[in-house]
Amino acid sequence: MSISVESFSPLQQGLKAEGINRPSTTLWQDAWRRFRKNPLAMGGLTVLALIILFALFGPFFSQFDYKTNNLMATNQYPNWIHPFGTDELGRDILTRSMFGARISLLIGFGSVAINLTIGIFYGGISGYKGSWLDNFMQRIVDIIFSIPDLLYVILLMVTFGPGLRNIFIVLGLVNWVPMARIVRGQILTLREQEFVLAARTLGADTKRILIKHLLPNSIGQIIIVAALQIPAAIFMEAFLSFIGLGVQAPMVSLGSMASDGRMNIPSYPYSLIFPAAMIALLMLAFNFVGDGLRDAFDPKMRK
Amino acid sequence: MFKNHKWLVTTTSIALVLGVVLTGCGSTAPTAGTTPSKEMKMSYAPGSEPKTLDPQMSNGIPEMIMEMNMFEGLMRLDKDSNPQNAIADSITVSPDGLIYTIKLKDTKWNNGNPVTADDFKFAWMHALNPEAAAEYAYQLFYIKNGEAYNSKKANAEDVGIKVVDPKTMEITLESPTPYFKSLLAFPTYYPVNKNNVEANPKWNLQPETFVSNGPFKMQSWSHNDKLVLVKNSNYWDANSVKLTELTFNLVSDGKAALTAYEAGQLDGIDQTAVPISDLDRLRKAGSLKTSPYLGTYFYRFNVTKKPLDNTKVRQALALAINRQALIDNVFKAGQTPALGYVPGGVPDAETGKTFREVGGELFKEDLTKAKQLLAEAGYPDGKNFPELSILYNTNGSHQLPAQAIQDMWAKNLGINVKLVGQEWKVYQRSQQDLQYDISRAGWIGDYIDPMTFMDMFVTQGGNNQTGWSNADFDKDIETAKKSGDQKVRMQAMHDAEKVLVNDMPIMPIYYYVNYYVLKDNIKGLIQLPLGFTDFKNVTVEK
Amino acid sequence: MARYLFGRIVSALLVVWLVVTLTFFLMHAIPGGPFSSEKILPPAIMENINQRYHLNDPLANQYLDYLKNIAHFNFGPTFRYEGRTVNDLFREGLPKTIALGLVATVLALVGGTMMGIIAALKQNKAPDYIATFLATIGVSVPSFVLATFLQYFVGFKTHWFPPIGWGEAKNLVLPALALSAYPIAQITRLTRSSMLDVLNQDYIRTAKSKGLPGYIIVLRHALRNALIPVVTFMGPFFAYILTGNFVVEYVFNIPGIGQFFVTSIGNRDYPVIMGTTILFATLLVTFNLLVDIAYTVVDPRIKLTGRKGA
Repeated sequence: MSISVESFSPLQQGLKAEGINRPSTTLWQDAWRRFRKNPLAMGGLTVLALIILFALFGPFFSQFDYKTNNLMATNQYPNWIHPFGTDELGRDILTRSMFGARISLLIGFGSVAINLTIGIFYGGISGYKGSWLDNFMQRIVDIIFSIPDLLYVILLMVTFGPGLRNIFIVLGLVNWVPMARIVRGQILTLREQEFVLAARTLGADTKRILIKHLLPNSIGQIIIVAALQIPAAIFMEAFLSFIGLGVQAPMVSLGSMASDGRMNIPSYPYSLIFPAAMIALLMLAFNFVGDGLRDAFDPKMRK
Repeated sequence: MFKNHKWLVTTTSIALVLGVVLTGCGSTAPTAGTTPSKEMKMSYAPGSEPKTLDPQMSNGIPEMIMEMNMFEGLMRLDKDSNPQNAIADSITVSPDGLIYTIKLKDTKWNNGNPVTADDFKFAWMHALNPEAAAEYAYQLFYIKNGEAYNSKKANAEDVGIKVVDPKTMEITLESPTPYFKSLLAFPTYYPVNKNNVEANPKWNLQPETFVSNGPFKMQSWSHNDKLVLVKNSNYWDANSVKLTELTFNLVSDGKAALTAYEAGQLDGIDQTAVPISDLDRLRKAGSLKTSPYLGTYFYRFNVTKKPLDNTKVRQALALAINRQALIDNVFKAGQTPALGYVPGGVPDAETGKTFREVGGELFKEDLTKAKQLLAEAGYPDGKNFPELSILYNTNGSHQLPAQAIQDMWAKNLGINVKLVGQEWKVYQRSQQDLQYDISRAGWIGDYIDPMTFMDMFVTQGGNNQTGWSNADFDKDIETAKKSGDQKVRMQAMHDAEKVLVNDMPIMPIYYYVNYYVLKDNIKGLIQLPLGFTDFKNVTVEK
Repeated sequence: MARYLFGRIVSALLVVWLVVTLTFFLMHAIPGGPFSSEKILPPAIMENINQRYHLNDPLANQYLDYLKNIAHFNFGPTFRYEGRTVNDLFREGLPKTIALGLVATVLALVGGTMMGIIAALKQNKAPDYIATFLATIGVSVPSFVLATFLQYFVGFKTHWFPPIGWGEAKNLVLPALALSAYPIAQITRLTRSSMLDVLNQDYIRTAKSKGLPGYIIVLRHALRNALIPVVTFMGPFFAYILTGNFVVEYVFNIPGIGQFFVTSIGNRDYPVIMGTTILFATLLVTFNLLVDIAYTVVDPRIKLTGRKGA
């Protein structure tokens, strides 16, 4: 018996392209289940949450603000009123740490949000379109990758001037490349896999495949990279403060406090130690969370 | 090829060998405190790597500190900044104050060559040569046709430097310059050994070819690390030099320099390098020393911008800050509040009195009056006052004072200003282009006369940078520049200063003080108010 | 292999040229010039300076002149240090930076892999936690804080090592520690996790069942494969050793070239900015190539082909 072409007819239009009939555990539920079992990662997440609360709501419980001077109470050692002491202008270091943490976190999340957007867009197109476009786009990435980023961060910061907005722009401009690489790499491997083929056979178009299949499947890797780029951005801002190109005073970041405090170690060690300890805590937390996320999302680690 | 662990081993051993070889070279670091009895050594951190040690090509303080201890000009400043004959044996000035006839002593370069009038002329002409493009050439513009030659409007022969014989020179000036003798002590006026320079164009880069005529000569120069000088036995006054070895540690980070000082690695640190945050502690410990310094710290107002075009607004702002509180809490070195413009330490016409003592205080801090002035200008209690910004450079300690002044204006006048920090050269550019509202500034004198402070504010002056212009002021400066009579000059400059401070295109904040740290066993160090440090007479006690 | 190498070298040259061009024009776009200063120079003097250094020439001409010069490995005079050239600065500073970098590299490689191996072998026991903790310090404190702490608390308070200086072996200890803290952390983490991976592989089980002694299994079989991720890290690592060392050189006053990455921009010393950029880009491209080659050596599964991204 021969099978004629007429035996096959296209599916009725409007039907779900590929329906799944059973409830499934999503990637997120899966990852969260694994993440929760990792004590270091959970510890990191807790510390991170505490620091975020401290930064967001701490200032409401403080009778001081970060910029009003009190020249009657300068350079006080830690005491009951000022648990972290006061700085050269009599400002409460605890309160300034809260604001500083706020700005540092903002720089971390903000600049990563920027390079995430650029990176996903760029890497997604490059990886999915392939062929000459991919080749061309990857050459650009190669060039940017060979640029000494420190040099460019400084050149751009000098040109634009210090300040929060410019830090966002410059860190975003410089840091999207690794993100684009990861996204492209993910998409390159994923698009050859059977489930993409299946989706395509079932009639899903490019946009749908990209948004519904490829991106969600690379999200794990993207989050891992992002989780490590946030502390890197906070570090970079600290370095910029060190060379005088950080946030604009009287605004503070943990980095600018540490770089000012560095000058004070012999005379007023607490003005370096507290902000430096805050940075260290923040970094530890991000690193543990980042490691935990990698374990949670990486299928190879599944036991 | 290689296997991974072998590769590791190879890298490791190469690294170790290289590390030992590279660090093995030049391991002759002098350690302070272990000097044998005959030797007298000390180390000092004057700042970072010098741009050059060619006296005619340099224009920065650290360079000049190093040069003034290796070279000797016609004059040398004593501890009270009075010029004393050095290489010059005698100087006669013509009655009109224009011609200086100078006889030289019989002195030698450290290579044995005699120091001649030709050496001086050669050096000065090098500084003025347009091809050489020396930044500090203008220090020689007092000499007739010096400026014209430098801007290619006259020939080299027209410059007023004449060698009469090897030991006599005749200098003709553009106009009478009463402070010319102290200029002759300035590094731009040092001689260089003509024969040596012609034989070795890069003479000033290695100790072998570095020929000098001062108290010390160069022993070694390890860039960005240290410059070692030893006593020059050919120096004409070698008997007064007791120090046998002087090491300049070239340290950029003041914090690092201070840690090294406290660990005993250094015997002293110059003012550019002492961190402000440690001043209180160092003062308590007794190691902080201060001396007069010729400089004024002030804020510029951009008078072309509203509301700063209104004199009352500028006056209100200047009267409403507490300078002593700023000095006590932020500047910390015991500076003097500036209620005039020209700092102390500049002599007036009358002997024994300084320009500042004669001029007195030209205004008073007065909060009530400030508020009243602000109300008269149309901003009672700071209402409707536009948000201005304070521009400062982010290198150096200008951010804290700006925050303190911001806070004082907010509390005292109800005015909000924001801060704009810029990178050093971007800041300079903004200031020159009048792209600012209020800008922090400082001025260090080039020579000891009020004119080094005053003439910058003439209409369209390159260093005016406020947009301010005043005909009376310009006229007074003109009068002072033309006259050779100290009385007339000083009076004109007092008048000019009153106009300036009354109109307030600038807000004076403090007069600089020179602060440095030095071990107590080091005696005889001279800190001059122009920022130079003289080690000629230093002795190190046990 | 030869064709692959040729392709890589050509594209590396192209990349360096693009980096040069980009830096050249970006650098001239920042306000202020090499001889602008707080005290304004008389216009005639400024004019002399501009003529001497050809700063008045059209930018395009300056660019072409520069390209001609670097083709002959002439990187020009420095604008800041009268009479010296960029080549002079590098000749004096580079050996010192390399010496410090090598000591830090050895510390990082030896320390990092050792700690990583120990942590993996004693997974979830005290040594693991200690190693992980030590490793994390390196990534959690900004380098200028760490360098300052080392200088003050170890150099000054204990007097074990001099706080600043250069020339003797003891001068190298603190800077090398400060410089290697970050790579030690990275290498420890990489070695630990890949070691854990490898230890679960079948061939290790085979080796164990053959009765080979533990250290032989680790050195011969496990380490080789566990080091692959470390090799990947070496490219960025060398770049870090050069640029990251600005802070360390600044704090410990080491006369290397790390400082030029920052000071040359502050001074608008155009030839030095260009020189450091070229040096850095060339090194980065070279190390990345070497790393790719090293890959094939440690991991026979990877073959270099003419196609990129394979």
